[in-house]
Amino acid sequence: MKLDPAIRDQVLATVPSLRAFAISLCGNIDRADDLVQETMLRALSHIDSFEPGTNMPAWLFTILRNLFRSEYRKRRREVEDADGRYAETLKSHPEQTGRVEFEEFRTALAKLPSDQQEALILVGASGFSYEDAASICGCAVGTIKSRVNRARTRLADLLAIDGVDDFGPDRATRAVLAGGGRS
Amino acid sequence: MAERRKNEEMKNPKTSLDAAEPESDMPDSDKPRTRDSMGKPATPQKPDARLGREVQARIGQQLRAMYDEIVNQGVPQHINDLIRRLSDQD
Repeated sequence: MKLDPAIRDQVLATVPSLRAFAISLCGNIDRADDLVQETMLRALSHIDSFEPGTNMPAWLFTILRNLFRSEYRKRRREVEDADGRYAETLKSHPEQTGRVEFEEFRTALAKLPSDQQEALILVGASGFSYEDAASICGCAVGTIKSRVNRARTRLADLLAIDGVDDFGPDRATRAVLAGGGRS
Repeated sequence: MAERRKNEEMKNPKTSLDAAEPESDMPDSDKPRTRDSMGKPATPQKPDARLGREVQARIGQQLRAMYDEIVNQGVPQHINDLIRRLSDQD
């Protein structure tokens, strides 16, 4: 069975965002790419269960999330090479985001429970509605809202508290992140 | 003014809680709880709960910046090849 090129293009168009979601979940580029690849295999071999005209990104994100939950989550703590790989893959754009600040944010994000992490990313970065995010995560809309709120509160705590007692080299960056700027 | 206050807060969280009080523009119901019912600071080690909105805005920016850096990398070649190969299969 040949795939309808229009469907194929919808799949291709979703990959960059799907991959960003995978990297956020895995914290490791190689593992995330494996996960995306596995998602593609799964999706394309079950493409008949996709109803044309419905939300392709939500469908693919659901598949990826289920795969991650079943296979990858338990290995999440092994972050051996994650930071180095991640930094290496990302091109630095100093005019946008300082590197240290960026890494600090990612570290804080990684401290959140994974259900909060994924809710925050789906809504705050992938741009899904609360309804779509709830469908992707297989939970109620209210649950997604509460997870997003808890994630934001916890991140604010983590990012702000770190700056209070720290007079080390990162302090200026932390102050900027907390909204204070450099004194 | 607001910028300076936050820096002071970071240096001296215990006293700056009081200083920050009058300028807050948040409705009472939205205010982070910084005192317990006895009027003592409930969480003196967490003065930045008061930074609320600005921190939230920055969290949103950081999140999208992190995400978009990956999105802007496009489709990796091996995944592109895989999709094209699978979609041409009989």
